[in-house]
Amino acid sequence: MVAMRVPSCSGFGIWWQMANGFFAVAGAIAIKDLAVEWRTKTALVSSLVFAILVLAILYFARDATAVSAFEVAPGVLWVTFTFAGMLGLNRAFLLERENHALDGLRLTSATPHAIFLGKMIGNAVFVGLVQLVSLPLFILFYNVPIWNRLPVLVLVMAMATLAFVSVGTLLSAMVVRTRFSEVMLPVLLLPFLVPPIVSAVQVTWRILADRPMAEMTGWLSLLGAFDVIFFILSIMLFEAIITE
Amino acid sequence: MNRRESALTTARRGSIITVLALAGFAGVYVRALMFTPIERFQGPAQKILYVHAPIALTTLFAFGVTGLLSLLYLILKDRRLDHLAASSAEVGVVLSIAMLITGPIWGKPIWGTWWTWDARLTSTLFLFLLFVGYLVLRDALTDFEMRARFSAVLGVLALALVPFIHMTVYWFRTLHPEPVLLKPGTPSMPGAMLVTLLSSMAVVITLYVGFLMQRYALSVLEDVREEEAALELS
Repeated sequence: MVAMRVPSCSGFGIWWQMANGFFAVAGAIAIKDLAVEWRTKTALVSSLVFAILVLAILYFARDATAVSAFEVAPGVLWVTFTFAGMLGLNRAFLLERENHALDGLRLTSATPHAIFLGKMIGNAVFVGLVQLVSLPLFILFYNVPIWNRLPVLVLVMAMATLAFVSVGTLLSAMVVRTRFSEVMLPVLLLPFLVPPIVSAVQVTWRILADRPMAEMTGWLSLLGAFDVIFFILSIMLFEAIITE
Repeated sequence: MNRRESALTTARRGSIITVLALAGFAGVYVRALMFTPIERFQGPAQKILYVHAPIALTTLFAFGVTGLLSLLYLILKDRRLDHLAASSAEVGVVLSIAMLITGPIWGKPIWGTWWTWDARLTSTLFLFLLFVGYLVLRDALTDFEMRARFSAVLGVLALALVPFIHMTVYWFRTLHPEPVLLKPGTPSMPGAMLVTLLSSMAVVITLYVGFLMQRYALSVLEDVREEEAALELS
């Protein structure tokens, strides 16, 4: 006789198992995507080189006698993060387009929500890695001594990245099915990045200028509200994208 | 009545409404220029308000309609909702071009600049670009069902984005005149001016309805034609 593990009868036990399964699937999809990326590193290396190039070019895109590098630094940081992150976003679903891999993924027991979360985590790790390398270079190039306020900056980066990847993952799942997906993603995504990027830039210049935390809370709450609403919307709407 | 005939009827009714609205528009011009007092501080330049403000409000209304119909499409999956949402977006884009042209014409003599990064200007610009993106996305998708689903998702996201963009740019800084119509309390405008503004509002909304009906009929007819072509092939 086959021994079967009887699931706990309590409601909480069933929920716990379902949640466990959900996160396990999402985690597995994220790990698969990152493993595929790690084997070639094409997108990661290109995004990193691109980020460094943007940082360097924007340094010269100002009148050095009139505008100090410090003044343009917050804008430069977020333009760099946005453009470099966008390069990697299409990758997650382009991978699945080959050989109809997405159909295979759909045939598994993975729910659309778990697939979305997995793809989103994969994208977040990708963007996080690009940020991890470009942030020290930014501090070095633009000579902004912010080591003591780094935790706040990292918090803003995490919040803006969540906004970026939740809408970005959803939109990239749509645009990879269209013609000209490479052009289409920035056109559709950038309007959605206005609130998170403006908030992030506002908080970043206050961090650089060593302003009190109270001046940042308004922008941080706007960013937080954006994160919550667009994460929920994206994960719910993804089902409409993926179901045929 | 089949789909083609009912679409043609809608188109005919839409064109009648459009003609009426255009006649009304001419009336609004005459009233605004000849029978409405000149504003004390801004002079004749203020008259553009009678065109600009109703168009701006109708643009927002059109985009709002697209967002709500997108949401309904995702729930009900009715093709007509998709046609209507897309038509409203297209009319909205046309109206927002009129809004973005009339605004600077007023801005130059009053603010001394054609463009400024004020809250309302910036948010409507982003909204305009977002809905141009919506139309571009529709063009890039050939399969009807996929096009309807994807654009509905974008429409719902856009609906959620509007308050955020507005908050963001409002906090950034604002210069635009305060609302005279849509605000708590009584409108801050003399009666004669208010009548002109409200009649212009009614005319522009009628124009929107006329355009919307014609555009909707056109997309239904396109749909019917595609189905017929598919039948001929099979």
